[in-house]
Amino acid sequence: MNERPEVSREVLLDARNVTMQFGGLRAVNDVSLQVHTGEIVGLIGPNGAGKTTFFNCLTGLYQPTSGAVEFAGQALPPKPRLVVRAGMARTFQNIRLFHNMTAIENVMVGMYSRTKTNAIDAILRLPRHRREEEESTQRAKDLLEFVGLTGSGDSLSRNLPYGDQRRLEIARALATDPQLLLLDEPTAGMNPQETRQAEELIFKIRDLGLAVLVIEHDMRFIFNLCDRVACLVRGAVLVEGPPAVVQNDPRVIEAYIGMPANDVAAKPTAATEEDADA
Amino acid sequence: MRTVIPDQLKVQLRYPARAVGLAGAAAMVASVFLPWSYGHEALDDVGFTGLPSPLQFVFLILPIAILALLGIPLVGKAKLGRWAKIVAWNTTAKTASLGALATVVVALAAIAIELGGLVNIETGGWLALVGAILAAAATVFLPDSPEPTLSRVKSPRWLQITAIVVVMAIVLFGSAYALGMDDAGAFLTLAALLVGIILTLRQFGVFGWLGIASANNNRVLVMSAFVVAFAFPFTQNGSNANMSIAAQVLIFAATALGLNIVVGLVGLLDLGYIAFLGAGAFTAAVLSDSAFATINFHPPFIVTVLIAGTVSSLLGLMIGAPTLRVSGDYLAIVTLAFGEIFRISMLNLDGSDGPNITHGSAGIPGIPDLNLFGFDFGQAHIIAGIEIGRFANYFWLMLLVMALIILVFTNINHSRIGRGWVAIREDEMAAEAMGVNTFALKLLAFAGGAFLAGIAGAIKAHHDVSVTPEQYVFLESAFLLAAVVLGGMGTVSGVLIGAVILKVLPEKLRFFSDYRLLLFGLLMILMMRFRPEGIIADERRQLEFHDDDEELADEIEEELITHHAHLNPERKGFEL
Repeated sequence: MNERPEVSREVLLDARNVTMQFGGLRAVNDVSLQVHTGEIVGLIGPNGAGKTTFFNCLTGLYQPTSGAVEFAGQALPPKPRLVVRAGMARTFQNIRLFHNMTAIENVMVGMYSRTKTNAIDAILRLPRHRREEEESTQRAKDLLEFVGLTGSGDSLSRNLPYGDQRRLEIARALATDPQLLLLDEPTAGMNPQETRQAEELIFKIRDLGLAVLVIEHDMRFIFNLCDRVACLVRGAVLVEGPPAVVQNDPRVIEAYIGMPANDVAAKPTAATEEDADA
Repeated sequence: MRTVIPDQLKVQLRYPARAVGLAGAAAMVASVFLPWSYGHEALDDVGFTGLPSPLQFVFLILPIAILALLGIPLVGKAKLGRWAKIVAWNTTAKTASLGALATVVVALAAIAIELGGLVNIETGGWLALVGAILAAAATVFLPDSPEPTLSRVKSPRWLQITAIVVVMAIVLFGSAYALGMDDAGAFLTLAALLVGIILTLRQFGVFGWLGIASANNNRVLVMSAFVVAFAFPFTQNGSNANMSIAAQVLIFAATALGLNIVVGLVGLLDLGYIAFLGAGAFTAAVLSDSAFATINFHPPFIVTVLIAGTVSSLLGLMIGAPTLRVSGDYLAIVTLAFGEIFRISMLNLDGSDGPNITHGSAGIPGIPDLNLFGFDFGQAHIIAGIEIGRFANYFWLMLLVMALIILVFTNINHSRIGRGWVAIREDEMAAEAMGVNTFALKLLAFAGGAFLAGIAGAIKAHHDVSVTPEQYVFLESAFLLAAVVLGGMGTVSGVLIGAVILKVLPEKLRFFSDYRLLLFGLLMILMMRFRPEGIIADERRQLEFHDDDEELADEIEEELITHHAHLNPERKGFEL
């Protein structure tokens, strides 16, 4: 377990009353969440709770219907690539690598917003282009090594094993030089050993000084990893707090596995009513 | 190719099948010494006894290859040593036999059509057909060989370089020979034969090996390709017809490379690309010294080229900025419309509906030849006793421009911009989420590609002497796209090959003009079915190919040695 002294940290990400409405569907309903520097925050919730939609609101893919998101004291810019420039990077729930590019090229694409070579530099192979290219290559190699993909740099990303693809996606996100990393189900489809490796990797990333916001379904993983956990149900935050608190909250347990059998027997109408509301 | 014949039957029949195959190949060898036709007019004369025509000599390659492929394994697996696995003996023999059969069928069909009926086919022709059928049928019954491992055989550098130079020399003299043919039947027969030989070599593993050799000696490859292209005019003895085709091929290829940025790298479908070539050509025409030029400003050609490129890229930006927000099919429709709008605008800028810029359908004729630094492109020159005509001059100029375009294309492809482009092609949303400025990069691709096409257009105006709107119809855009897709999207060499095929075939097949499009449609369908990545696959898609090849080669060698030692315990290793 993870018992670090609670030091006062700055607020890095501050989402206030974020609501995302698609026609008649309110996918994210008045969600407020803060992430501090150097913190790992977990976002859990049953399928369809609005976790990924909330991520998309944070990263500029969606514009929230109402509410405000501030990052490092600034209002969040409205475009994904500007969000990346501001210092927030993400991975995707269903891996979205550039399949016909090599692993190292994938990582180097992540550096796009941090490099400056223009077309003329590239065509004329000017010294600054070469220097930047060398630096990028070296940094990409370092990042691949960091996530544990040494030696896979020249393989096409679609040829990598599943777990390596997940790690490559993390390396690509790290290449954008973020202060906050958003991971959308980083261990989906992994076996217990791979999950443990992912856990170690996320701790390593935190130790670099980055904050991490992670969506996950694997409860053991999330309660091991996170400093704070928020549980999202039907678009709204149900509980937020330290893992131990969230873990034992009866409302969380209910949201995931329903009510204890004797309770259901005791008040069957209440449950049906609640389902109908959803 | 997988057949439905059960493996067990193949193993049982392997000796008789091999014998029949050898007999068939021998029959084909014998056939070239007999006349194939009664008349002497077909296929550049294949009617002699005992004296094969040049075409028949080339044809001999296939049956001799079959004889070798079927004969050599008869010495036994032990004697073959590691070569038993390096070469796919049976499968290659099958490919060669099918190639020979296709060639013979095309040749006999050509004889029958040109001389009027099957009666004109003589003993040799029938013998070749029977031999080819026997060989093809027999090799189908041979057991399939494992994939050849020739590409993993280590070879000294001098051998690799020699191989590249030899291939280039074959390309030079082969293309000179093929272009010199004026008989459509003979040309088609040669084309079938070449496809057969190329597929055979591919099955043999030669291309895998050559691919690695050229990857290791990239500079040598590029240099020798340019030397060969440069030397091409010297093989033509001042013939203008072929040099004109060659110059047109280069103009077409330069435009296709521009399109390749848009389609191959960024993955945007553009169906109106010929408009950018046209914009360059019209710009150069109205700024030229032609008596029909409508703008009274005649800068030197260097300036004109830059203006033409700029005009084209401005058009690219104009079409790009509003339409790049749509993608896929919608973008294709908008660009298709843009191509037509360009053509019709050029038709209408004739003075009656608007300003007179293009003289409408008459276009701008009488564009004078280029004169760069006192060198008159219209004059023929004698170099080393060989006359170098007007078109050869343009050919060399285009070659220079091509070199620049290829340099630009490769350098930008291997930079952060090129990676951004390919990332957009692979997954635009993920690219945007990784900080790539997708909109700006797409605009840059459109403008940059159009600039290259504009440059090509400016030279085309002078090469063609006149520019009319009807040269820039939709069909030309379709051909450009076909060259990119056929050759291999995102590659330089593939697009060059595609451009050569799509420009040379129509010129040589004028005989077939009515069926030309049918033939191309068929070609495209076959390509999409059997090799959707194009003739040359993008290196990014082929990387697994030379991943760690040396290690693999070592591994295989070691495995073979242990295997061999197990079979013949008294011998250590082997001497091949």
